[in-house]
Amino acid sequence: MLELSPDEWVAVHLSLKIALVATAVALPFGIALAWLLARKHFWGKALLDGLVHMPLVLPPVVTGYLLLISFGRRGPIGAFLADYFGIVLSFRWTGAALSCGVMGFPLLVRPIRLAIEAIDRKLEDAAATLGADRLWVFLTVTLPLAMPGVIAGMVLCFAKALGEFGATITFVSNIPGETQTISAAIYTFTQIPGGDAAAGRLVLVAVVISLAALIVAEWLARRAGTRFHGE
Amino acid sequence: MSMLAIDVEKRLGDFALAARFETAGGVTALFGVSGTGKTTLVNMIAGLIAPDRGSIRLDDTVLFDSAARINVPAHRRRIGYVFQEGRLFPHLSVAANLDYGRRMCGLAGNGAEMARIVDLLDIGHLLARRPGKLSGGERQRVAFGRALLMRPRLLLLDEPLASLDAPRKREILPYLEKLRDEVPMVYVSHHAPELKRIATSVVLLDTGGVAATGGIEVLDAAGELME
Repeated sequence: MLELSPDEWVAVHLSLKIALVATAVALPFGIALAWLLARKHFWGKALLDGLVHMPLVLPPVVTGYLLLISFGRRGPIGAFLADYFGIVLSFRWTGAALSCGVMGFPLLVRPIRLAIEAIDRKLEDAAATLGADRLWVFLTVTLPLAMPGVIAGMVLCFAKALGEFGATITFVSNIPGETQTISAAIYTFTQIPGGDAAAGRLVLVAVVISLAALIVAEWLARRAGTRFHGE
Repeated sequence: MSMLAIDVEKRLGDFALAARFETAGGVTALFGVSGTGKTTLVNMIAGLIAPDRGSIRLDDTVLFDSAARINVPAHRRRIGYVFQEGRLFPHLSVAANLDYGRRMCGLAGNGAEMARIVDLLDIGHLLARRPGKLSGGERQRVAFGRALLMRPRLLLLDEPLASLDAPRKREILPYLEKLRDEVPMVYVSHHAPELKRIATSVVLLDTGGVAATGGIEVLDAAGELME
């Protein structure tokens, strides 16, 4: 009963791969944008901030549709990527990673931004007087001090990516072995007669993965926290 | 030889500062009541804020010159700065804090120098700790060491004892006296007795500008003025 079928294993494996890739690729952009929003004042900042948060407030189907018409084979960005780099995202697992990354992005950026805003900038001044240029100040002071926020953002983004359904299924459909994640597979099983047992197994897997992610995050956050306050 | 030559103007909201003086090495006290722009002045020397007008020279290096549009960034000035609150990096051990300036300035590791400074400041037993676990006095001693180990051309001290109680101050002052021969210093304080033990020359700041310069006898005159 608890034994997963090969197809179900594929969905689990695919989900983890997509969520990890989405989080890893989104992370550098998320840190850069969080720093920009926390530290810089520029024209169009409110607009950029709004744009980052769009996936949070838009219906996921709308986000998926927007991805489809821009990153699809005939979309402007999708055609460009396919023609010049041979990268095709639509109906591929990489496209699923893109949509999961986009959906998780606001959840990634926000905690990092808050963490950077909370850093005492006097410490950065101190680093500058000790000979650190702006990049080194960021790498040796700002980023390590923002680490609890970075971890929180990664966990939220990973969780969102793992459970993403609406935008992904709209953009890359529900193709077993390519774009069918745990969520999509559960949805499929609930649509066919006798799929309850399979759906139940995948639900259990989803619960276990989510719990494991939470525990790892808690452990990492505690480690990052004690680095400041203890030995 | 003039060590540090300053001629700057700065306006911050309602506050305006115009200061002009030169120092000849040793320990220069910047003395004045709060609100006279001592910290602003020191931040301009460090390169953390830019004057509106004027120039700052250290030996024969121009650090700032508004007419020539020169403003050497803080990280290339090689000026050590000990802040009132220490500002040790909370995520690094004491040892890593001490080594930070050397690494950032790209200096070769020098174990003997490190050992000498650690010994001078009596902080050998603290090296493995985090700054969060240090007392106020220990924290400031590590801050002195961190600033010295970058081999600064000048050391700025902004009320380094102000956050400490009287016994802690007495504990730190002997260390400061030992540092006097290490590097020229600019020492900011509004506490005359502290300066009398340390300073070799005095710049007295009054609201918005320099009121007097001279030896430590300026402190006595100013002391009466301020009582």
